[in-house]
Amino acid sequence: MLKRKKIVPYYYILPGLLMILFFVYVPVISNFVYSFFRLSSYSSGKVFVGFDNYIKLFTSDTFFIMIKNNTLYAVISLIVQVGFGTIIALFIESKLTGRLRNVYRNIYFIPALISLTAVGLLFNFVYSPEVGLLNSALRAMGLQNLTQAWLGNSKTAIFSIIAMSQWQFTGYITLLMVVAIQNVPKDYIEAAAIDGAGPIRKAFSIMIPLVKEQLLVCSIITIIGAFKLFTEVYATTSGGPGNSSQVLGVYLYQNAFLHDKMGLAAATGVLIFVITVTISIIQIVVTKSGKV
Amino acid sequence: MLTREVIMKKKTSKQQVLKIMLHIFLILLVINILLPMIWLLMNSLKTNNELFKDSLALPSKWLFSNYAQAWGTGLFAYFKNSLIVSSISLMFIIIISASLAYGLTRFQVVGSNVIFFIVLGGMALSEQVALVPLYKMLQTLNLYNTYLAVILPYIAFRVPFTVFLMRAYFLSIPKELEEAAYIDGYNSFQIFYKIIVPISKPIFASCAIINLKFVWNEFLFANVFLESKAIMTIPIGLMTFSGDMRSNYTVMLAGIVIASIPMILIFLLMQKQFVRGLTTGSVKG
Repeated sequence: MLKRKKIVPYYYILPGLLMILFFVYVPVISNFVYSFFRLSSYSSGKVFVGFDNYIKLFTSDTFFIMIKNNTLYAVISLIVQVGFGTIIALFIESKLTGRLRNVYRNIYFIPALISLTAVGLLFNFVYSPEVGLLNSALRAMGLQNLTQAWLGNSKTAIFSIIAMSQWQFTGYITLLMVVAIQNVPKDYIEAAAIDGAGPIRKAFSIMIPLVKEQLLVCSIITIIGAFKLFTEVYATTSGGPGNSSQVLGVYLYQNAFLHDKMGLAAATGVLIFVITVTISIIQIVVTKSGKV
Repeated sequence: MLTREVIMKKKTSKQQVLKIMLHIFLILLVINILLPMIWLLMNSLKTNNELFKDSLALPSKWLFSNYAQAWGTGLFAYFKNSLIVSSISLMFIIIISASLAYGLTRFQVVGSNVIFFIVLGGMALSEQVALVPLYKMLQTLNLYNTYLAVILPYIAFRVPFTVFLMRAYFLSIPKELEEAAYIDGYNSFQIFYKIIVPISKPIFASCAIINLKFVWNEFLFANVFLESKAIMTIPIGLMTFSGDMRSNYTVMLAGIVIASIPMILIFLLMQKQFVRGLTTGSVKG
């Protein structure tokens, strides 16, 4: 009886634990091993090449473009999604919006529900040189000289993709911040109002300090998302024209499944791992210590 | 008395101006969000010629046949595949996560701290890092290009996060409830099914809905692990569909609309669960 009882907890734990170990941990660890080999998807043979894949990755011309693009995506997303998104949340939750509050919040959130593929295909159209919404609107406003092939121009491609993501995800962060603001005890705000604090003073002295934990979480998921960027680029430019909008995720995919350089892809995976896990650890350390 | 009234009036009119300015700003943002979607809807109802003539003009006749054609020439099949993959994945994500979270919160097992650490650590590992080895693994297991090729990784990658959410909820359930049931002669499984599961419906609903958003829209794994059109889910199916419709833009646009509707509908119907799930977890994607 006692023996049977001891095994009971494992009935609950094992299925999930085995799934995670087998389909998450084993592949991630294998990826480290793969990164030291040359291997192809057509055969099972592999050749040990040491740090060759890493040297190829770090010395390739596209390396700096990718780091620049992923970083650019992170910085702009932080400013627009987290910064601007929080300001919108403060506006929505101010006393002045009244009953329309939830309508605004829900409409802003809708783009985040649409799949990245659908948004990518839609923006292929929005940015298209002849029929696209953006160029058509510019022409209608008499700004013909600003029109261009937004995704086909190596100067504008990555910015066009980043702009698309801001359109899609700013409302998502706004929603998260709205809920955090709603959880701030009303007394604090009333006390501040009695003390004569204006709306800006209230936002900076009361609201933002009280929601800083959520603000940090939003910043972290935004930065991690920026370094895992894949579908947005894949569905619009595939990294082109040239390599101008190349990012780590697409580079990994293309090397693994188009150029048959799976070892190089694995090395790219390790780099993504190091970046995202470092950011996750920062989040855990900072939030656990409670001093945010 | 008079001066006070003047001050009050001034204050309220200043508030009034602020209020109007705020609403103008927020409505401009609404337009910015909705404009691409309205433009998409509008052009999905046109002929190709009309689209090329002026994409800003209203359709002369509303061509709902574009939708019928998109649905008939592929999207229906992709939709069906997404339903199969999503429902099976979801069911197992919820069952496996609930029992794992329960096992971790209610029993002191050997190494439970290590197990908890492994589960939480799973949240930090991204799909891209596992992509190449998973592809090789699925080929070796003869699962490549089957429904299971995406269902198994979906479950494995979503369990950690779901356990994280459920664990917090289970910890808030008072232990006395189970002790009473134990005295009544319930065993551990009966306690789980008859007591924990029924009172955990809200967290199950939240977890189901945010995981649905993930599995319904997932692209990376589906794109690499599903090869034949017959089993593609909506997100990759839509890419293939747009390739097939290269010269038939307006049907393709109708396809984008069809693919986007389910999640928007579910959000509007189950807003509360959606928002709760998103905000307790705060994880994107």
